[in-house]
Amino acid sequence: MEVSININGTAETHDVEPRLLLVHFIREKAGLRGTHWGCDTSNCGTCVVWLDGKPVKSCTVFAAMADGHEVRTVEGLDQGGQLDPVQEGFMECHGLQCGFCTPGMLMTARALLDANPDPTDPEIREAISGQLCRCTGYENIVRSVRWAAEKEAGGPVTESETPVEAKA
Amino acid sequence: MQVPAPFTYERATSVEHAIELLGQLGPEARVVAGGHSLIPMMKLRLARPDALVDINDLGAELAQIRVDGDALVIGALARHADVLASAVVGEHFPIFHDAERVIADPVVRNFGTVGGSLCQADPAEDLAAVFAALDAVAVLRGAAGVREVRVRELHVGPYETVLAPDELMLELRVPIRPGGGSAYEKVERRVGDYPVAAAGAAVWLDGDTVRDVGIGLTAVGAEHFTAPAAEEALRGQPATEESFQAAARLAAEHCNPSADQRGPVDYKRHLAAELTTRALRRAAARARGQEA
Amino acid sequence: MTTVEERPHTGFGRTLRKEDVRLVRGKGNYVDDVRLPGMLHGALLRSPYAHAKINSIDTSAAEALPGVKAVVTGETLKGLGLAWMPTLSYDVQAVLATDKVRYQGQEVAFVIAEDHYTARDAVELIEVDYEPLPVVFDAKRALEPDAPVIRDDKEDQRDNHIFDWESGDAARTEEVFANAEVVVAEDILYPRVHPAPLETCGSVADMDPVTGKLTLWTTSQAPHAHRTVYALVAGLPEHKIRVIAPDIGGGFGGKVGIYPGYVMSIVGSIVTGRPVKWVEDRAEHLMSTAFARDYHMRGEIAATKDGKILGLRVKVIADHGAFNATAQPTKFPAGFFHVFTGSYDLRAAHCAVTGVYTNKAPGGVAYACSFRITEAVYLVERMVDVLAYELKADPAELRMKNLLKPDQFPYTTQTGWEYDSGDYPKALQLAMEMAGYDELRREQAEKRERGELMGVGIAFFTEAVGAGPRKHMDILGLGMADGAELRIHPTGKAVLRISVKTQGQGHETTFAQIVGNELGLPTADIEVVHGDTDQTPFGLGTYGSRSTPVSGAATALVARKIRDKAKIVASAMLEVSPDDLEWAGNRWHVKGDPEQGKTIQEIALAAHSSLELPEGVEGHLDATTVYNPPNLTYPFGAYICVVDVDKGTGAVKVRRFIAVDDCGVRINPMIVEGQVHGGLADGVGMALMQVMAFDEEGNHLGASFMDYLLPTSLECPSWELGETVTPSPHHPIGAKGVGESATVGSPAAVVNAVLDAIRPYGVRHADMPLTPAAVWAAMQGRPIRTDLAIP
Repeated sequence: MEVSININGTAETHDVEPRLLLVHFIREKAGLRGTHWGCDTSNCGTCVVWLDGKPVKSCTVFAAMADGHEVRTVEGLDQGGQLDPVQEGFMECHGLQCGFCTPGMLMTARALLDANPDPTDPEIREAISGQLCRCTGYENIVRSVRWAAEKEAGGPVTESETPVEAKA
Repeated sequence: MQVPAPFTYERATSVEHAIELLGQLGPEARVVAGGHSLIPMMKLRLARPDALVDINDLGAELAQIRVDGDALVIGALARHADVLASAVVGEHFPIFHDAERVIADPVVRNFGTVGGSLCQADPAEDLAAVFAALDAVAVLRGAAGVREVRVRELHVGPYETVLAPDELMLELRVPIRPGGGSAYEKVERRVGDYPVAAAGAAVWLDGDTVRDVGIGLTAVGAEHFTAPAAEEALRGQPATEESFQAAARLAAEHCNPSADQRGPVDYKRHLAAELTTRALRRAAARARGQEA
Repeated sequence: MTTVEERPHTGFGRTLRKEDVRLVRGKGNYVDDVRLPGMLHGALLRSPYAHAKINSIDTSAAEALPGVKAVVTGETLKGLGLAWMPTLSYDVQAVLATDKVRYQGQEVAFVIAEDHYTARDAVELIEVDYEPLPVVFDAKRALEPDAPVIRDDKEDQRDNHIFDWESGDAARTEEVFANAEVVVAEDILYPRVHPAPLETCGSVADMDPVTGKLTLWTTSQAPHAHRTVYALVAGLPEHKIRVIAPDIGGGFGGKVGIYPGYVMSIVGSIVTGRPVKWVEDRAEHLMSTAFARDYHMRGEIAATKDGKILGLRVKVIADHGAFNATAQPTKFPAGFFHVFTGSYDLRAAHCAVTGVYTNKAPGGVAYACSFRITEAVYLVERMVDVLAYELKADPAELRMKNLLKPDQFPYTTQTGWEYDSGDYPKALQLAMEMAGYDELRREQAEKRERGELMGVGIAFFTEAVGAGPRKHMDILGLGMADGAELRIHPTGKAVLRISVKTQGQGHETTFAQIVGNELGLPTADIEVVHGDTDQTPFGLGTYGSRSTPVSGAATALVARKIRDKAKIVASAMLEVSPDDLEWAGNRWHVKGDPEQGKTIQEIALAAHSSLELPEGVEGHLDATTVYNPPNLTYPFGAYICVVDVDKGTGAVKVRRFIAVDDCGVRINPMIVEGQVHGGLADGVGMALMQVMAFDEEGNHLGASFMDYLLPTSLECPSWELGETVTPSPHHPIGAKGVGESATVGSPAAVVNAVLDAIRPYGVRHADMPLTPAAVWAAMQGRPIRTDLAIP
């Protein structure tokens, strides 16, 4: 069947089997491999993307179900080469190590801040509780999201002792 | 990654269309809404429907949450996140918010639906216990028309419901009565896990007397997710810790838990009593306006 | 002069990670992201039985499915001599089962198809006639005389015994125990767990039929070791094998070994003449790749009545699964378990370990264990608390009394380890101050009065990492030394090539910092190349916290070689004797005349120029080295965990976790802290929820993330970190390594805290994981065995 999904503003139309999972449509058909998968049972959350503005686990949605809908992935976070504050926050606060859960975490973090620009730490922890990270122990992910919130609020941002060179 | 076996896909454009499709496609077709119970089962190839009927476009008809006369109505296609975010739900039945906060995780709750959870009929389903405690009614529609079934009679066994293959769940109706309070208590090994055991309670008070009570239990082998003997024993009793504990003991006695890696039988039975007591206690406090 | 703010970052300290630039954009390149023209997809059929004879395999229906290119079985491999492969412990493992299957999830057949979905469909169509056999599901029963023999493929194997190994002085220990005032024994299980990185294992094999060159993209923490093993397994010439480990989504020791799936992707590419991708699913990963632990221990501790610990003794049954495939230095079949004497000054110690086969997946040394030091630390830290329980002593005081003192270093343990440096009491004192230990004990006493359960748990650990001195340590005969190669380009930009491989530890950043620290080059000007055997020097890879102790040392030393050569070039440039030059962080200058000097960048350009160099000095500014560590390094730490336990349900909430780590000199404190955070979460996970249990039929009861539970953001508290710095005296930059410290140290702290909380119920010990059910059962005096199906 033909499925057309608007991914990050671009229409992706492909002839697919009804059983094709959305995560595979994104990775294999649209060629956007920033979205990962890590389990078979909707537990790990590495595959989180936005479907019509809300984070969902793309391993648990058929591409056919997303036909005619809008998807946003990690590749759609930065605007004209300018990183989204959540991406900056993850860099500034060491919110990632192996980077595998990161795209999903970023998408959830972005959705959280859109809905709640000044979340508490418990609210951040709640928001990411359906997504596993095996490297960070979550601490720095929480800090990263808070960093982004503070930056967007124009308030004091955690001081970076780092020169910008590493961002090049 | 595990992937499902092939199937055909149809998207319903209306409730009538969905029922028509189900009729055409036969008993091996399944409705897919949020898919968060069904799709993992399909990936593991434990479920192999021939066809899926996607009802996600029927939100206008099936996803409403509203008060209709003396009932709270929750559409079958309401997402868990919608229920959790609904002020009107929380105002009348805080038990929903207690339960929804501990169902799966926030991302799953964005897509998983109330109707899907109930129709999956998992013996550890949280909402089955909640709706059973509230003695809600499920509104079903098939080719033969609309019928109402008490949630307490909806489930006929693990993963089995009374729904006919061409029947669709439209909504849940929860009677609103004055003087009530409700609460849900769950023990899980980890956030997002199915319950080791969980109990929901709804209590209606006349002063300090229990006028009526509903108790729902999940994951402990309670028939129809309920504890009728305990409810019967508690009705008309003083709303005290002693009566709650006595009722909870009865509830636990009537459970039939099975051992698994979440715990041995005696522990689950213990939890049935402990959590029923806690749920009754909190429900009564809420009925008295003592706790949010 | 540039100001501090304007000066680009060089050397040690917090700096953002180079890796993150691509990873936050979703531009990483993991194995499943690799796409090659004409690439096919493989999938494995695995055994549903834990122990069964294979009577026949019918692949005809699978082969007939449109899109299927080939189906390979063990019989096919047998013809090629590839049905069995060597393990890292001098055993063999079936690539695809021929005679029988020996654990649930074992590889039976391999399908190669045009796409992943078709390959999966075809797997379902393969018919195998199995004849189920009795199952050895319990390590404790593996050696019983009537136990079924699992390894009947091995000549002379008549039982399930693999090895006996011991360390320490048995007679002396017996004497100490015989004369001790107090002796306490406890049975302690460190159950089978799994590192479970979020990326499963996989590979893409591309055998070029024209050149005969095999390129393998694979999830490998040790690409060079893998290359050599493939050469040995498949008889392929080693120079025709290129192993590329691209970005890796976490390893934690699970990506050290070689799995049948990798081999099958290679076979698949040879058979079809096209590239073949194989990536396992989560269930396959949990069922078949390297598990960790599964140590069944009986510990004994001897002490005086006033709490002076005298001796430790432990007997272990080590469950190695159906094939002995543990990845540790050859001479140490129980890894470094004999460091179980921990951080204490003892008179005697002895351990005896018996390895057994069971009908479970092979592995054992994985999951940030530092070659079994997780088990060792857990044992000793539990035993110290068991002793404290019996003596009614405060566990902090008891530890303080027995910790090694700073003046005892270097210290040789009763099992022959030479700890390099440490100040243990200082670390414990700091942790206690951070925790507010006395206040916590007061709070606990008040809560107990009210019937509430709160616990404070302590663990002190000594790690032994950086394997290792090649005289003592090798894997399959490959010595554990690592190479490094550094080139300074004419414009002063550098490329460092290393043998180790990041799986998230940030090597591209920290190793650049080491070079920057030695040469004064900006971190941004140093590119770190790793994970490609055609582009990097040989070395044994990243596990056992060895990257910084071994390759970090190699990197510092290769940079010093460059610095020495730069000195000669500078002397030619400045027309002075090298002896008259002095190093000033980023330039050589004439002693007493800082104006007369040349920066490393200026020297690099000159080294590539027509400048006349002294006799025998080659041009350019390149160097290579191989680092053979003189000793292991010994990081240590003091951890304190505070928990609340729900009396009515047994549910545990970790309220606080204080971790003081001493890993010597910290290259990048931000990364060090991140490593510790991750390991602490592991500790919470193992202590409270992670376990792989097996039922009587050998069914794996934790084969998905629904059943193998990993901690989320809500089970983890906000970690409170502290540090002391005791440099390693023998490491070039004084660093000790930190990758596995927290995973090693934290489980005991959490378990000790929970048991401290339920002490009023008379519970001295209960096994991990302390799920609500396990805690409640222990409180009732009916503890459950967590490695078996709950009856």
